[in-house]
Amino acid sequence: MRSISTSPSLLAAPAALFLIVFMLVPVGLMIYVSSLERGAFGGVAWGSHTGIAYEKLLFERDLTGQISFNSDYIAIILRSLRLAAITTAITLVLGIPTALYMASLPPRHAAFMLFLVTVPFWTNLLVRNFAWILILRNGGPLDSALAATGILTPPLDILYTPLATGIGLTYSFLPFMILPIYVALERIDKRLIEAAFDLGADRWRVLSRVVLPLAAPGIAAGAILVFVPCLGAYVSPELLGGGKSLMIGNLIQAQFGASRNWPFGAALALVLLLVLLLSLILVARIKRREQAAS
Amino acid sequence: MKRASRIRTFLAALAIVAAPAAAVAQSKQLLLYSWANYVPPDLIKRFEAETGIKVSLDVYDSNDTMLAKLQAGGGGYDIVVPSNSILATMIKSDLLLKVDAAKMSNFSNVAAPHDRPAADPGREYSVPYLWGSTGFTYDSAKVPGGKLDESWKEFFEPRPELSGKIAVLNDQGEVYSAAALYLGLDTCSEDPADGQKILTLLEKQKPHVKIYSSTGTIDRVAAGEVIMHQQWNGASHRSRAKLGTAVFVYPTEGMNLWGDNFVVPKGASNPESAKIFLNWMMLPKNAAEASNFSGYNNAIKGSEDLLKADLRDNPAINPSEPLKTRFRPVKDCSLKAREIRDNVWTRLRR
Repeated sequence: MRSISTSPSLLAAPAALFLIVFMLVPVGLMIYVSSLERGAFGGVAWGSHTGIAYEKLLFERDLTGQISFNSDYIAIILRSLRLAAITTAITLVLGIPTALYMASLPPRHAAFMLFLVTVPFWTNLLVRNFAWILILRNGGPLDSALAATGILTPPLDILYTPLATGIGLTYSFLPFMILPIYVALERIDKRLIEAAFDLGADRWRVLSRVVLPLAAPGIAAGAILVFVPCLGAYVSPELLGGGKSLMIGNLIQAQFGASRNWPFGAALALVLLLVLLLSLILVARIKRREQAAS
Repeated sequence: MKRASRIRTFLAALAIVAAPAAAVAQSKQLLLYSWANYVPPDLIKRFEAETGIKVSLDVYDSNDTMLAKLQAGGGGYDIVVPSNSILATMIKSDLLLKVDAAKMSNFSNVAAPHDRPAADPGREYSVPYLWGSTGFTYDSAKVPGGKLDESWKEFFEPRPELSGKIAVLNDQGEVYSAAALYLGLDTCSEDPADGQKILTLLEKQKPHVKIYSSTGTIDRVAAGEVIMHQQWNGASHRSRAKLGTAVFVYPTEGMNLWGDNFVVPKGASNPESAKIFLNWMMLPKNAAEASNFSGYNNAIKGSEDLLKADLRDNPAINPSEPLKTRFRPVKDCSLKAREIRDNVWTRLRR
């Protein structure tokens, strides 16, 4: 016991080592590569530095050296942000009622529901997204089901549209929303809810004034867990989106592939990292302000 | 992707650490890094039985994936399979081992013009594998009149009936070249104005496109998901096996002609085994087996008689002489030209 309490830094060593090897070193390497000149045949010219990768984010140079504004990459980043925000909003709308329902169940049933939520993780993400191709394609189950009920006339033409990408992302990340909200709800002191009812609040007021504010940390955690991976999502846009609109994840991949522009790929990855960092800081700010208010 | 590439780098580092150990074990081994679904498993088994060399296979989906991996210094592969278009780049980047293929015993089997490709005129670094062309396939049962003109116009400026029923390869080299050929421009033009013309054409085509994808093209055509699909001729042949009404078009404006090669990267763990494989693959029987499996032509004389009948008789694989004049070998573009191409491809999908 004593040896543990006297060497907390030693206990943190594995985590610190992990962070250094798998986080700091790669990010450092990424920053370094983004500052290099691209090699004539791909790769990078080690040792020769330039800011051209960052200039390319906003400007393009024609052959005479004339510089003009280029909004292509901004548009792609904004599209990714928008899609990540929409997905987060939809998973919130679906996730909160689900978590509420789970929290209201007796413990044994709740455990079973928890198990059901995690079942999709048994299968690889790629495989699950591929399954959506089969579900959404014209003549697939969804198409024929909707046609049979007479709601829509086939073909549905959903596959290979932004809607299909949205469906795939929502499906992939919904569990990450449900689980933290459920944990937060589960931890609420039930006596507070009873007290609210005793003081004359109706069900809606109890939910909006007592339950949800108490679950706010879980909701924030869920939103971050969905938003962050969504922003860099690669698989769903590639498989379900039909390759018509680039997302930042696919754009970065292309720089290390067909475009053979590693420095620009590294610069884009860094921008993605900064955007995420900014949104995390924003969430932390809001949280702190709420805490101060209460 | 970011994480995947990090993991890959880590694995590559492991492979480098582990490589000397493998060298000590020596024995006869061969690490083959090839396109997916491209070298027949039975052929590899026969090579192992005949030579006693144990083969391990790893696969990639594009030249660029393979190039990036070699440039990152990973792999320890003994043989990779680059296309002509990227072969010169690999030689200039000093990534390849000189194997003097032209001096190998079976090299006399190589048919012209594959014995003197522009990228490696003396065949010092490479041995030809399979070759093919990129055109488009359509379902003759579903197009008005049952027949389309032999022109890229049908593809880039489709008839209204085909709108939304078109698939385009998700491959900037193929799409850009096809558009350039249709417009009569240099596929490696360094003039931004040419790039703009190509972008305008592609943007006009985009609303009619259902999907940009290079994977699963055979099933997409066979299942009738699209009526027209930009496609490689071997894939078209395999589509036709599933859908009898699939027709491959050789556009009059010209089409990409590509060829793949076996090469030995520097840092290969078993260069001697690799050379045995290179020489072995120039035997007609072995080249024919590769063609029968993949649906693409090979470059070896004497293999024609060993091809399956349906392959030999399919115009998608064995075009008549006049059709062959429409072939345009894929060029290795300059950095400037590639940058224009890349900007066009990004802007199209911004």
